[in-house]
Amino acid sequence: MDFTLNEEQTMIVDMVRKFVQQEIIPLEKDLDPDADEVDHDTYVKLVEKTKAMGLYGLDTPPEYGGPDISMVTRTLIAIECSQHRAGLYVPCYNAFGGARQAQLFEATDAQKEKYLYPMLKGEKKVFFGLSEPSGGSDPARAIQTKAVRDGNDHWVLNGTKLWISGADRADYGLVFARTGGEGRSGVTAFIVETDWPGFNVTRVVHTLRSAKYATEIHIENLRVPHENILGEEGGGFAIANDRLARQRVPYAAECLGVAIRAHEMAVEYSKIRETFGATLSSRQGIQWMLVENEIDLRSARLLVLDAAAKCDKGLPFRTESAIAKLVCAENGFRVVDRSMQIHGGLGVAKDLPLERWFREMRIRRIGEGPSEVQKHVIARDIIGASLR
Amino acid sequence: MSIRLDKPWIEFSKQSIDRLTGHLGVYQLANAGKEIIYIGVAGARSRFGLRGELQKWLELDDIATSFFRLEVTMAYKTRHAELLQIFLYDFKRLPLANKNLNVKSMGRLNVG
Ligand SMILES: Cc1cc2nc3c(=O)[nH]c(=O)nc-3n(C[C@H](O)[C@H](O)[C@H](O)COP(=O)(O)OP(=O)(O)OC[C@H]3O[C@@H](n4cnc5c(N)ncnc54)[C@H](O)[C@@H]3O)c2cc1C
Repeated sequence: MDFTLNEEQTMIVDMVRKFVQQEIIPLEKDLDPDADEVDHDTYVKLVEKTKAMGLYGLDTPPEYGGPDISMVTRTLIAIECSQHRAGLYVPCYNAFGGARQAQLFEATDAQKEKYLYPMLKGEKKVFFGLSEPSGGSDPARAIQTKAVRDGNDHWVLNGTKLWISGADRADYGLVFARTGGEGRSGVTAFIVETDWPGFNVTRVVHTLRSAKYATEIHIENLRVPHENILGEEGGGFAIANDRLARQRVPYAAECLGVAIRAHEMAVEYSKIRETFGATLSSRQGIQWMLVENEIDLRSARLLVLDAAAKCDKGLPFRTESAIAKLVCAENGFRVVDRSMQIHGGLGVAKDLPLERWFREMRIRRIGEGPSEVQKHVIARDIIGASLR
Repeated sequence: MSIRLDKPWIEFSKQSIDRLTGHLGVYQLANAGKEIIYIGVAGARSRFGLRGELQKWLELDDIATSFFRLEVTMAYKTRHAELLQIFLYDFKRLPLANKNLNVKSMGRLNVG
């Protein structure tokens, strides 16, 4: 595996790094440490800059107007973009645009007009409604929200969704509901508009993460037109599997970005902080923590770039993307934790970004499939289908 | 757990505010009729947390505040957003003194 950056990648990484250091980090001096957005005018100016770089719409495929970059380059950008306080969940305050709901690229032409394009232009916000109180790791079995056909043209949905990020501010979202029997083939994806009667966001779910907070949704006799089924009836899980595996790679890389910055801070601090008459960096106990950080970071970097490279080569990369998600979240969390420890009291104070990264990295080990579920996926691939 | 802030109202006076702690959290101000006129937050940039924020209102007091109540929470940002949305649900508008917020950019809760 040789991941030496080519000329174009070196130029892009350099450009994004400067953007983060010169445009994003200075903004954070005046923002609340838990802020997840900048004011509208500032956002517009930031977007002008990412457009000028040719990098707006990072996760939008080129045929829909996104930049024509490889997955390895996208991963390198993700590592850079997240290296600021809000960077884990709102890299660069979304100045690079976002096409988070990969499933919508599989929509019908009419659905694309109504839902996909406005989202890509930033005119409409969207949520992803899969998890329920009955469980998120194994939604194929856990989903209890029911959709019942009402005549030829409509479905009626009833149920509860839990942990759904940003539903209270979204214009529409994807709601997965059971239209058939047990298991995967019984689940259908519906595009649901949030101002339709029967769609109620009932509370904010307070977690360690203030950015992009989660909500609970109650769905009561919500009538959804048949034409709002995304993909096939009973094909809720079949849509966009490949795109979702792709999405997981930059998601993993963002964990790495935050951890790299935490480690750099720890190295710098250890060289200036003295205890018992010597710098922290001269103590073997601290050196070993830094060495462990370095090894965690290097191994995570190689594994996430390996997943990206396999994806670029058109090779199967589902296992690799699960490994990348697992290792980047677990190693990244350990790196942030050690870096906090080296900073002493300052590490846990809101004066520095470490405490926010620690809280948010903790969620990263659960969100988008907990670490144990990634292991389950990897085991399924290496042992065989018997674990399905 | 009720999602509304239903703690008892406290008299809005220098004496009671000076006794407060410097924790982070959210608070509500009310008029003499105990109608909420402002929903505020003491975030990590506030120097003396809830006490400091309420002391600022004591100095200003241009909105005829008679009572306040508060909730200490580290999740001050999400709790603030939630309290504003509950008010919006109840009254179809924001509290009178929350002037600089844009209703359109806020989320919608249906708290029943
Ligand atoms: C802040 C936040 C935001 C979120 N946003 C969204 C969103 O926008 N949309 C959405 O649909 N969901 C969202 N989620 C839900 C998230 O995807 C789920 O929390 C996650 O999938 C785990 O589901 P669960 O919480 O129900 O845990 P469970 O499924 O009950 O699992 C509990 C634990 O069991 C363990 N476990 C599970 N399976 C196995 C196994 N096979 N072997 C060993 N151990 C196992 C894991 O440690 C897991 O953490 C969000 C969650 C959080 C915390």
